[in-house]
Amino acid sequence: MLYAVLCYASEDVVGSWTKEQDDAVMVKLLDVQERYAKANKLGPVARLLPTTAATTLRKVKGESLVIDGPFAETKEQFLGFYTVDVENLDEALQFARELSEVNPSGGSYEIRPISIFSPATVKS
Amino acid sequence: MSDLSWISNVISAARPQAMGALLRYFRDLDTAEEAFQDACLRALKNWPQNGPPRDPAAWLIFVGRNSGIDAVRKRSKQTAMPDEDQVSDLEDAETDIAERLDGAHYRDDILRLLFICCHPDLPPTQQIAVALRIVSGLSVKQIARAFLVGESAMEQRITRAKARIADAGVPFETPGAVERSERLAAVMAMVYLVFNEGYSTNSGEAQAREPLCEEAIRLGRLLLRLFQTEPEVMGLLALTLLQHARAPARFDANGEIVLLEDQDRKLWSGKMIEEGLALVDKALRHRKPGPYQVQAAVAALHARAAKAEDTDWQEIDLLYSLLESMQPSPVVTLNRAVAVSKVRGAEEALAMIEPLEDRLSGYFHFFGLKGGLLMKLGRHDEARVAFDRAIALANTAAEAAHIRMHIDRLKAEATQGKSEKAS
Repeated sequence: MLYAVLCYASEDVVGSWTKEQDDAVMVKLLDVQERYAKANKLGPVARLLPTTAATTLRKVKGESLVIDGPFAETKEQFLGFYTVDVENLDEALQFARELSEVNPSGGSYEIRPISIFSPATVKS
Repeated sequence: MSDLSWISNVISAARPQAMGALLRYFRDLDTAEEAFQDACLRALKNWPQNGPPRDPAAWLIFVGRNSGIDAVRKRSKQTAMPDEDQVSDLEDAETDIAERLDGAHYRDDILRLLFICCHPDLPPTQQIAVALRIVSGLSVKQIARAFLVGESAMEQRITRAKARIADAGVPFETPGAVERSERLAAVMAMVYLVFNEGYSTNSGEAQAREPLCEEAIRLGRLLLRLFQTEPEVMGLLALTLLQHARAPARFDANGEIVLLEDQDRKLWSGKMIEEGLALVDKALRHRKPGPYQVQAAVAALHARAAKAEDTDWQEIDLLYSLLESMQPSPVVTLNRAVAVSKVRGAEEALAMIEPLEDRLSGYFHFFGLKGGLLMKLGRHDEARVAFDRAIALANTAAEAAHIRMHIDRLKAEATQGKSEKAS
């Protein structure tokens, strides 16, 4: 089963990490990913730039409106996502649990089954 | 990461909003700071036990406000407010109250907090120091280190500046649209000052001063979050990101300054450049150009050039001429002349900067550029005079060394010229 694991946390908090703190967290998160990658269970992964860099396109009365900023103003922001191909929800939750154990941001992970999946054609 | 360092990150992220709200309640900077400090101490005690609050800023505002009121009551010997253990953040009622109180105000609260640091009576360095102390919450020790002064000297400087702010009276009324945009302009200038204080440095100090650049970027992000649709705020944040992206390449192994055209561009921070370029794109869509956007656009052209030779000098020339019309200044014209020399040659660039000599007679970069242009035109004696002036005005050993390199080239060409004549 393919799942998207969506990461939400306060970007104020994540943004207050020093480069060293951020690097240390990334190393630990990569460790977790590597285990799943070795088992051929890890799909594309993305970390997003801060929401200040976001632009939102909205359809209002049939016209598309371009708005500066993220889709919604929230206390926690959508900061990135993983895709995993795992047995079941339990295993997807286990993956999220391993991520959250090494991530001090205190955020949340939303585990969401994927409906349509087209593997990457863009190289990073 | 330990619990405590995790908490300190959460507190510093919540600080501007919480301090801004407490300043509005107490209308006095010292009381607000004490209340905030007290709330932080309680957070350090409470959060590890009870878990993190869902909304740390609301928690700190609520607890800080109670402790501030408590302090006032103690002074007048009345009964104390309930203990913070009864302030359960898991009970949404209280957070909701705090949120309702503050949600509508938080933009003006934070803007006010930043704005009081920009008091025109305060010299720029004091504005920066106070902003770092009050808004960013850096310790006096950290600020002193960034300014390369002793801790007690910095402590005095900040105390004096805060007294001046208190005398001036904090503007508490909710600002109108014009006033708000004036405040925003002053705050943007202050954020750029913080950045430049960190950026204009020489080798040995670079590391100590880097936190100033990072803090300015953080303040820029905060400002853009409050004013999502302001293209100049996008420009300011983009400009600081694009300039700071070059930090890893600005000094060589010996700590000497490496000029932009000689920098190893692979060392530039790709992540910062991407964010900066994305913001420039966003800003340009508004078609409301301003000085920060134009400077960011120049920085973006440098960032986009994989090699120095790929730089689009023609576009940079256009952008600087736009900046000249917005913000006439001899330094801007001098910068434009660099682009002109690449596009239309040294002669035209020299004609452009010669009228500036009176106003830039104490400016190292003027004589450095003048000497370079004269050298290109083969006017070696005049070039030598300009280079000598530049060395006398150099701010750092690296700057002087760079000019000496040119003089050596002049000398080498002169001897070569003589031997050619002799043969």
